[in-house]
This record gives sequence, C-alpha cells and structure tokens, in this order.
Amino acid sequence: MKSSSLRTLALLTALLVGAGFALVFFYAPNDADQGFIQKIFYLHVPLAIVALAGFVVGGIHAIRHLRSGDPVHDARSYVSIHASVIFGVAVLVTGAIWAKASWGKWWVWDEPTLVSFLIVFLLYCTYYPLRYAIEDRERQARYASVFAITAGAFVPLNFMAVRAAQSLVHPRTFGTVDGGLPGDMWLTFLVCFAGITLLWVTLVSFELTAKRTRGQLSRLRRALDDDDRLPDTGVAGRIAPSGVSGR
Amino acid sequence: MSDPAPEPADATALRADGLSHAYGDRWVLRDVSLGLDEGQTLAVLGSNGAGKSTLLRILATLLRPTEGGVEVLGCELPREAWKVRGRIGLLGHQPLLYRDLDARENLHFHARLFALPGGGEERAAELLERVGLSHRASTRVDEMSAGMIRRLAVCRALLHEPDLLILDEPLANLDPAGVEEVAPLLGPAPGRTRVLVTHDVDAALAEADRVLGLERDGRVAFALPVGEVDAERARRVYSERAGAR
Amino acid sequence: MTRPSPSTAAVARAILAKDLRVELRTLQSVPAMLLFATTVFVIFRFGLDRTRLDGGLAAGVLLVTILFAALLAINRIFVAEREQGGFEAIRLAPADATALFFAKAAALLVYLAVLELFALPVFWLFFLDSGAGLAPLVPVLLLLDIALAVTGALISPMATNSRARDLIGPLILLPLLIPAMIAAAGAGQHLLAAGGVSYEQFGTWLAVLGLYDLVFLLIGWAAFDFLIED
Repeated sequence: MKSSSLRTLALLTALLVGAGFALVFFYAPNDADQGFIQKIFYLHVPLAIVALAGFVVGGIHAIRHLRSGDPVHDARSYVSIHASVIFGVAVLVTGAIWAKASWGKWWVWDEPTLVSFLIVFLLYCTYYPLRYAIEDRERQARYASVFAITAGAFVPLNFMAVRAAQSLVHPRTFGTVDGGLPGDMWLTFLVCFAGITLLWVTLVSFELTAKRTRGQLSRLRRALDDDDRLPDTGVAGRIAPSGVSGR
Repeated sequence: MSDPAPEPADATALRADGLSHAYGDRWVLRDVSLGLDEGQTLAVLGSNGAGKSTLLRILATLLRPTEGGVEVLGCELPREAWKVRGRIGLLGHQPLLYRDLDARENLHFHARLFALPGGGEERAAELLERVGLSHRASTRVDEMSAGMIRRLAVCRALLHEPDLLILDEPLANLDPAGVEEVAPLLGPAPGRTRVLVTHDVDAALAEADRVLGLERDGRVAFALPVGEVDAERARRVYSERAGAR
Repeated sequence: MTRPSPSTAAVARAILAKDLRVELRTLQSVPAMLLFATTVFVIFRFGLDRTRLDGGLAAGVLLVTILFAALLAINRIFVAEREQGGFEAIRLAPADATALFFAKAAALLVYLAVLELFALPVFWLFFLDSGAGLAPLVPVLLLLDIALAVTGALISPMATNSRARDLIGPLILLPLLIPAMIAAAGAGQHLLAAGGVSYEQFGTWLAVLGLYDLVFLLIGWAAFDFLIED
C-alpha cells in the first residue's frame, strides 16, 4: 500500500475510533442494571468479533497460499493472525474488567463466549513458536498455512463444544442485543464496531508495508554486499521487485 | 495414463533451464542449464557445498527449484512430478532404510510403495544375491556394517528398475570387493539414464557422456560432452576459488 | 510410460504394517504409555488425595491420563520417518503421500486401543466402586481416540520437522484437543456418576466428538501433502 493511502486510512481510523469513544461517553445511556461500567461492552464485543473474523481471514489467506504457493498470501495470513492475537489480549483484559464489575470476580467460567475465546486465543498463541521453530522459509510458510486452516476450522467447533458444556447458561449481559437494544446503544455500537474494524485493517496494512520494505532493504543490502557473486540473469528481478524502481 | 505416441529413440531425459535454488537467502545453485539424452550418463563434479546434492534432490523430485525449469523423463517438475515418481532410483548419502527392519523386510516395504508384482520378492532375492547379501537377508539394518548398508541401499534403489538412476558417490563406504560386486549393477545399461556425482574425476570421465562442473558458489563452470573436458580442467573445480572476492 | 501406482489404501497398509512390526520388535511406544498411565493414576491418587473417584473427577482423571499418554506416542510417531528417510522414500515412490497420514493415524489408534485395554481395568481397580459405566464409555473413548490419532498425525509431522520437536507437538495439540476433551468429559462424567450410569446429553457429546473427528480427518486429508513436500 502506498504511504499516502496508508495515511488516509490511519486518519480515518483515528476519526472513527474517536467518534466511537465520544458516543460511548457522551451519547449512549448508562445501562439500567450495570451502570457506567457496562459501556466497556462497546470496546469488548467489537474487539472480540474483529479478532475472530481476523483469524478467519488468516485462514482464507492460508488456503490461497497453499493453492498458489505465493508467499504474499502467507505474509497476509501471518499479519492477520498477529493483529488478531494482539486484539485477543485486549478482549481478555476488557472481558476480565467487565466480569469484575458484573460478578465481582476477574474471571468467571460460566460465560461460554469468553471461555471459548480464551481457548481460541491459547491455540493461536502457539502459531508463533511453530513458525519460529522452522528455519526453511518456504516450509515455514506451508506449515503456518496448514496451522492457520486447522485453527480456523477449530474456532466454530470449539464454540460449539464450550456452549454445549454450559448446561445452565448464565444470564447473558448483552442478551438484549437481539431483543431490544435501544437505538442510541445500537448506533454507538455500530460506530465503535466500524472504528475497531478499521483499526485492525490499518494495523495489518502497516505491518504488511513494513514487512515488504524490510524485505526490499535486506535484498538491496545483500546485493550491495556481493553483487559480483550474483549471476547476471534474474538478478534485476530479485533486487528490485515491482514498485521500487524509482527513488 | 497411457501414452499412445511411441517415444523417439533418443529423447531428452533431462533438461534444466536457468535452474537456481536458495535455502532462505543462501543461493546454492545458480542458473544451471543442462541437457542429457536418454541412455546417457551425466557426471557432476564440484567441491563440497557446490550444490551437487541439491541438484540431485531437485532431479529426484524431492526439492522444488526456486527458479528455472526442469524436465525429467519428459515431465516438467514440480508440476508433473507424480508422473515420474516410480521411474527414478536415488542412491544418496542416506540409505533410506529402516534400522529396525531386516534386509528383506526393507525391500518388501519399498516394493509395496512401488506396487511391484508379488511384493517384489523375486526381484529382491535376485538383487540381494547379486550384491552378496543373500545370507544376510534376515539381518536387521542396525546390525549391519556401513558397507552392507550401502549394498542394501543399492538393492533398494534398483528394486523397481528405474529408468533414471541418480547416484551420489555410490561407491562410498565399500571395500574393493564391494566395489567389484556393486559397480556393474550401477553401471550403464540399455535404456538407463544416469546422473553420477563423484569426487573420482578419472572414474567420472571414463563413465560419463556429458560432464557438468559446478563452482563453489553453485554456478556452472562447464557443461560439455565428455570428449571436450580433460582431467585437468575437470579437477580445477575442486581447487579454484570461484568468484574471488 | 507411467508405471502402475499403488492405491492409497495399499500404501497406507504397507506403512501401518511396517510401523506395527517395528513397534512389536522394539517396544518403543506402547509399554511406555502403559507405564506412564499407571504412574499418572498413582500421582492423581495423591495429588487429589482420593482413593475412590466418581463423576466428573473420575472422567477427568481417566481422560487427562489418556491424553498425556497419547502425546508420548504422537511425539514419536514420525521420528523414524525423519531420521531414517521414510519421508523421502515415500516421495520417491508413485504413492499418494496422504497414505502416510492415514497409516500414522491408524497406528496411533492401535496404540491407544491397547493402552485403554490395559488402563481401563487398572483405573477400575484403583478408583471405581462399579464398572457399570465403563462399557458405555467405550464408544466415547473410541471417538476420542480417533480425535487424538487424527490431530496427532496432522500436527506431529510439523513438530518432527521443526527445531523444537518435542515442544511444538504438545504445545499445539493441547489447546487443539480441548473441544474433544470437553465432549468426552461431558459424556464420561454422567457415565461414571456416583448414583449410577446416566446418559444425560450422551448423544450430543457423541455427535460433537464425531463432528470433531470428521473435520480434522478432512483437513488432514486435504492438507497433509503440504507437510511432506520440500
């Protein structure tokens, strides 16, 4: 992505997240039962949805990587999962705060969505040691893709199993989402959701751009180091892949 | 699956075009081009680390080339690798034998992988006889000497009567008697194409139809018919510091 | 001029026969699993300070022990292929590499069945007042074994071909197997309940386990090829 469009994206993200926060603090009403602390819902739930969607996106890129063999898809898969794991930490922290406020404990086992999320998060954390334990880059990419697909299929299975284990489902705090979430709450939620989604997209774009730049830099450095050792054919393509010919 | 067109008498068995391979950032083969007709022998010379084994692994369909095209027995790699698998015999540094199985069991296992008729029993017995291992057919590999393992690996590589034989220093670990027994099995034969890596320049020049010399950085030093390479030039790939820095 | 290629089933049978023969000859995995399981039972006896178990606790002790014993076998199941060239031998042959996945899953299944034939009576002897819940537990354990075998055969080659071979396998498999463990424990706790065998949610749990097995069997079938290419 070009730096100008990346800047636009970042600005738009800041704007939407800012607007979301403004709505949370000054517009959305306090919850009748839980009061002010319930407003963490506007952060916790979008983060969780975006993180899970990001894992799915990572799995889709992984499938495309295995089909095409193009390392670009592996990079996208990796960065998607990476951003979602970071979001996952935020989900667990906001979830703990919410649990403390609602039930007086930092962690409760009878909230199946949160428990499921913890298990999914634990699985995706093992993505990093797997990647770093494989030296050959091409093989690393393939194994990481197989992992991303396996873990992607795991997500719904896991939610199903955890939900089935909950014989007595705790009264859900945002069970009213389907029923009668008031209009002002809906609006706030949607703005926050859009902001968090854009935040994820921005993080992924930044990281992908940075990765690409680092790759080009090390290729150039290597070419300077031993340009006399490189064969004549194909070198130009390796030193200067599309898009970095000028400046 | 069956190919109706009869194959031309001297079809190309091997062709590489600008073949390069990198492990991560380390390029071990650079821009290798070569051709070899069916029934011929290619000798590959080069010092350790010149990419010889990598080249063999690519030709054996075990490794994908990073760049460039390869064609083995008329099939393009890696796309058509499944077609040539089963027609290649590889004798590399690793014997590809299970330590806890005996000689006969190892060959039987490989025979099943290649769908040989009758579990390849007759063929296995014949090969064991020819390498002088008949009396050791029930000996487990982990109780064998290095020379015996080598001979068993020769049986394993020849079991399915491959059209392309890829040999990486095939006579290593063998005593003179072993060499005498094994060498004829691995030698030229009608319809057999061979790729031979060896440090024995004289032997290579005596057996080969074409010679490929690789420099230390994985570039081609020469790729010529055997008549155009003399032993001195061939030896130079071992002594010269390629691409002096 | 293509040679005849063996069917996937024929290759899988050849690999499975080879693995079972080597295991019978060297006794590398199964005896270790039996010893490990027995010792873990003893550790639970003291860790929980209980001499009798029932319900969720009984199911938990039994299933966790099986899980960890399975990890022992899973860690080893591809080591011979890597060290002795099996991965390459199979890729040199005109054989479908997926056969390796099915063969290894089948071998693990055999190991686990032997483990349970031994561990269930020991568990009964050590901790249970009645063995009535053990018979209906068999289909649950069978489906759990398939889950362990299939995920093990899928993840283990990645671990075996990595630098941190003994670490990566269990690290990925433990979270990956949580849904299967939830389902098996969910069924087991009622079967081993103190008041007698209860089939509460039995069908649901079998369905969850069956679905889990099916999903990872399909993924292994589709993705395994990518794990042994080079």
